[in-house]
Amino acid sequence: MRLDDDRLTREGLAPARHGAAAAAPGAPGRLLVIACGALAHEITALIRLNGWDHIALACLPAIWHNSPERIAPGVEELVSRHRNNYEKIFCAYADCGTGGRLKATCERLGIEMIEGPHCYSFFEGNAAFAAHGESEISTFYLTDFLARQFEAFVIRPLGLDRHPELRDAYFGHYEKLVYLAQTDSPALSEKARRAAERLGLAYERRFTGYGDLATALAGAAASATA
Amino acid sequence: MSDDDAEDDLILSELDDEELVLQMHDDLYDGLKEEIEEGVNILLERGWEPYRILTEALVAGMTIVGNDFRDGILFVPEVLLAANAMKGGMAILKPLLAETGAPRMGKMVIGTVKGDIHDIGKNLVAMMMEGAGFEIVDLGINTPAEDYIEALEREQADLLGMSALLTTTMPYMKVVIDTLKEQGKRDDYIVLVGGAPLNEEFAGAIGADSYCRDAAVAVETAKEYMLRKHNRASA
Repeated sequence: MRLDDDRLTREGLAPARHGAAAAAPGAPGRLLVIACGALAHEITALIRLNGWDHIALACLPAIWHNSPERIAPGVEELVSRHRNNYEKIFCAYADCGTGGRLKATCERLGIEMIEGPHCYSFFEGNAAFAAHGESEISTFYLTDFLARQFEAFVIRPLGLDRHPELRDAYFGHYEKLVYLAQTDSPALSEKARRAAERLGLAYERRFTGYGDLATALAGAAASATA
Repeated sequence: MSDDDAEDDLILSELDDEELVLQMHDDLYDGLKEEIEEGVNILLERGWEPYRILTEALVAGMTIVGNDFRDGILFVPEVLLAANAMKGGMAILKPLLAETGAPRMGKMVIGTVKGDIHDIGKNLVAMMMEGAGFEIVDLGINTPAEDYIEALEREQADLLGMSALLTTTMPYMKVVIDTLKEQGKRDDYIVLVGGAPLNEEFAGAIGADSYCRDAAVAVETAKEYMLRKHNRASA
């Protein structure tokens, strides 16, 4: 199945299997991963790389990054709807701006989630990210997905396409854009560099790979019957 | 508005007071800073008290903007443009308000907490509080506990406002409140907190007096607390 970034941003993704099992539809996977649409490419890549054919992936709209109060109820709704079809469910979100509400929801539902404050942190590795401390409080981050969807996540919602004069109101205290790269793509790096230029920020590319996402998913994959 | 604008453009100075104030509400809604500045100057020339212009033209207009933001009709960019327009009007009125005297509601020290550089919400609250007659001491962004406390004492403030956008920085509000408690100063101030990831439960858990969902709620909450404080003092 080809993943469409615009659909992942606005609509998310209905539960589907993406490894070798994708060619043999029918039985659902034994583990359902409920993720942010912004992680769909990385999670399907990990499923393929590791042969986790017992995993199905469902995504909530990635644009909820900008309205995180919708995430916990969205996860709960998907869990209720699909709980009976899977042996286990894993929530591939970190706190992601929910202020602890997603953690409370997951605990109440008895499902595990990814450790950490947000995807920037777990892609780089929560320990490494935390070690930056105050030195990066004026840093704006992009991931592969956000670099591809920069217009949809940053420019249009902030009205910078219509009102570039608002740049200082949003980014006046920022100094640097760090592109946390999950893959080696010169084209994406160039997009991220141009994003930094557009926001008037210094640019840095930092390769992270899949970071703690890979570890968290490996743990979830091992906990469900293959 | 320049003279060579299209024929159907409104000439603000030709509107009567009531029409002009309503037009200023529209212009605030549309984020038209120059028109707001022009409207303020026209009303001043007509002998309006600065405080009346502030409340009836600017604050009332911004309240409409705030309500529509709360109801999902307007979004952050439009609110920022409206706030920028209001700032233009307030810049004219502020020195005049100081001269002519305006009701003083109380004094608030406000800032974004340590580790956080986001100040859009904090700036909106500061502006609306100022519009409602509160004196504001804005400490800016990335504010450590000692700066809040030093400013509260120096300014003999009534209220402390803390803002955070990040879930990683909002726990710092508790650090500030705990420090106030340790120093025996917590009950000297009304502590209001706000920011996208916060809620009432969090505010209660950290020992704040109130969580304020938006700038309008912050103003109303601050007014209520100040009223209670005055009632207690005069009882």
